[in-house]
Amino acid sequence: MSDKKQWPIWEVFIRSKNGLEHRHAGSLHASDAEMALENARDVYTRRQEGVSIWVVESKHIHATNPEEAGELFEPAADKVYRHPTFYVLPDELKHI
Amino acid sequence: MTQKEINLEEQFQARIDRDESIEAKDWMPEKYRKTHIRQISQHAHSEIVGMLPEGNWITRAPSLRRKVALLAKVQDEAGHGLYLYSAAETLGITRDELTEQLHSGKAKYSSIFNYPALTWADMGAIGWLVDGAAIMNQVMLTRTSYGPYARAMVRICKEESFHQRQGYEIMLTLCKGTALQKELAQDALNRFWWPSLMMFGPKDDESPNTEQSVKWKIKRKTNDELRQQFVDQTVPQAEFLGLTVPDPALKWNEERGHYDFGDIDWDEFWQVVKGHGPCNKERIDARVKAWEEGEWVRDAAVTHAEKKDSRTEQKVA
Repeated sequence: MSDKKQWPIWEVFIRSKNGLEHRHAGSLHASDAEMALENARDVYTRRQEGVSIWVVESKHIHATNPEEAGELFEPAADKVYRHPTFYVLPDELKHI
Repeated sequence: MTQKEINLEEQFQARIDRDESIEAKDWMPEKYRKTHIRQISQHAHSEIVGMLPEGNWITRAPSLRRKVALLAKVQDEAGHGLYLYSAAETLGITRDELTEQLHSGKAKYSSIFNYPALTWADMGAIGWLVDGAAIMNQVMLTRTSYGPYARAMVRICKEESFHQRQGYEIMLTLCKGTALQKELAQDALNRFWWPSLMMFGPKDDESPNTEQSVKWKIKRKTNDELRQQFVDQTVPQAEFLGLTVPDPALKWNEERGHYDFGDIDWDEFWQVVKGHGPCNKERIDARVKAWEEGEWVRDAAVTHAEKKDSRTEQKVA
């Protein structure tokens, strides 16, 4: 195999229509941002899936470590008082 | 294995049993990772090599309608190959390594693409039978345990249903046409029927990977279950076309509620898997040629990107 430089990986985010957020669609290889956008258009929007595309080189994404998911996200599990249904109000009360 | 590894494996299996998705950065047994790299890359290579028999017919499509449809289908296959390569890459293998494995013969692809597409009717038979068989497998894989693979499959399944319909429409048109056209359709069915049944892989009792794959929920149905499902679904479609499935043993079994069908020629299957099918060499040669002849383009793109970066850096400085 050649030891030549491979095209970097980019993550692709697509806004399916105005009013909605960009969502992760997948990834692809491209030599630069311009090519990444063009390839994303061909690979991820062949059936009108998008009106706007973001691309970012995968190496720039920082992610939480799955092994720390417990300490990061479990503390929210027992805080039911952050949800409206925690507060008990009489049924006849309206618009609240 | 150390005690720690045993514990990790038990926890992993428990997650699978709870139907949790496994994501790229999660701990996974080495064998799970390797099995996925093998299976996903094989799947990706099948999409890419699968473009070849059909690509050959784009310029000879009988009408503009057929031509745009076939072109769109082949484009989809390129896209599907790319989704799958990306999913494989999340497991720590590079795209160049994957390409290299295809070209060296280390990685396999679906044997069906080692059969030639001789007539226009083959475009119909491939869409109807080959894509039909592939979809059956892929629908199951939308619920596979590895998240990136399952997500690629959801996207692929959404796009692929038109492939089978366009194939069947070609068959239907031929079968309503002249006697010669109907003969072409029958001939295509004759040649693609058995290779399509082989697409589901070896029989369950001869498939070394099935048990582990089912346990890890990579597969949720066995090869034989999927094959039976395919036969049951496809035979009435052949009858609708007025064509004869080339299997004298094919018969509805009231008791089982399924069709019984004849024995598959497994010698032929293994011959083709081992590289001795009608088009194995031609297919790989075509891939290698495309890769080698595209090298200067890939290199030029890298050089262009580097130059552009250095110019931007100079301006900033």
